[in-house]
Amino acid sequence: MWNYEKRLEFPVNITTPNARLAQAVISQYGGPDGEMGASMRYLSQRYACPYREVSAILTDIGTEELAHLEMVATIVHQLTKDLSMEEIEESGFANYYVDHTIGVWPQAASGFPFSASQFQSTGDIITDLMEDMAADATSI
Amino acid sequence: MMNTHFDNEKEKMLHDVNVLSFVVTEMSLYLDTHPDDRNAMEYFNHYNRMSNQAKKEYCAKYGPLTLSCADTSECGDWKWALGPMPWEGGCN
Repeated sequence: MWNYEKRLEFPVNITTPNARLAQAVISQYGGPDGEMGASMRYLSQRYACPYREVSAILTDIGTEELAHLEMVATIVHQLTKDLSMEEIEESGFANYYVDHTIGVWPQAASGFPFSASQFQSTGDIITDLMEDMAADATSI
Repeated sequence: MMNTHFDNEKEKMLHDVNVLSFVVTEMSLYLDTHPDDRNAMEYFNHYNRMSNQAKKEYCAKYGPLTLSCADTSECGDWKWALGPMPWEGGCN
């Protein structure tokens, strides 16, 4: 199970809204190399892992990715929460705003929704490890 | 070390919690794959004690970080929900 710690892993304090930036950053939330995929990747792969040390680190890294997920969501939230209607229209944020207003929703920068097809869990530790290395080369 | 200017004591104490927790988290990841490293365990134990102490002191003054320190018998308020959420910015 999990326990929530009511703090960010690293503080986020953005005071100037920026919808254009938010549209890029949101990919790190729900995009193909985002934190949602990262956390689900490690937390899914750990069950079939035959080595206890590796199961342990998959659990702990998967948990840490959830903390990253929360920081990225916070960045998106703070970049968008005080936008004016003019900024929403001029920045290209209007399409997102139609469906989600200022709700944080996991999607790629392109608008493609988060999908489990963006990561693998094969039940084979070597194959999973190769996938993890490929993923982490993009999404540290 | 990150920004070391603090506007108030709450911010300073939360900074200490964040720094010490970071050390504990990183050491735990190392120990997962090096479970026989005695020096690393000593290092972990030292900073884990400091981290637990820093969290305890922060919670006593500014409200719970976890449910384990959300006891209401002294303040009478359900601060777990009523205090600011971490994504609100500023010193939360």
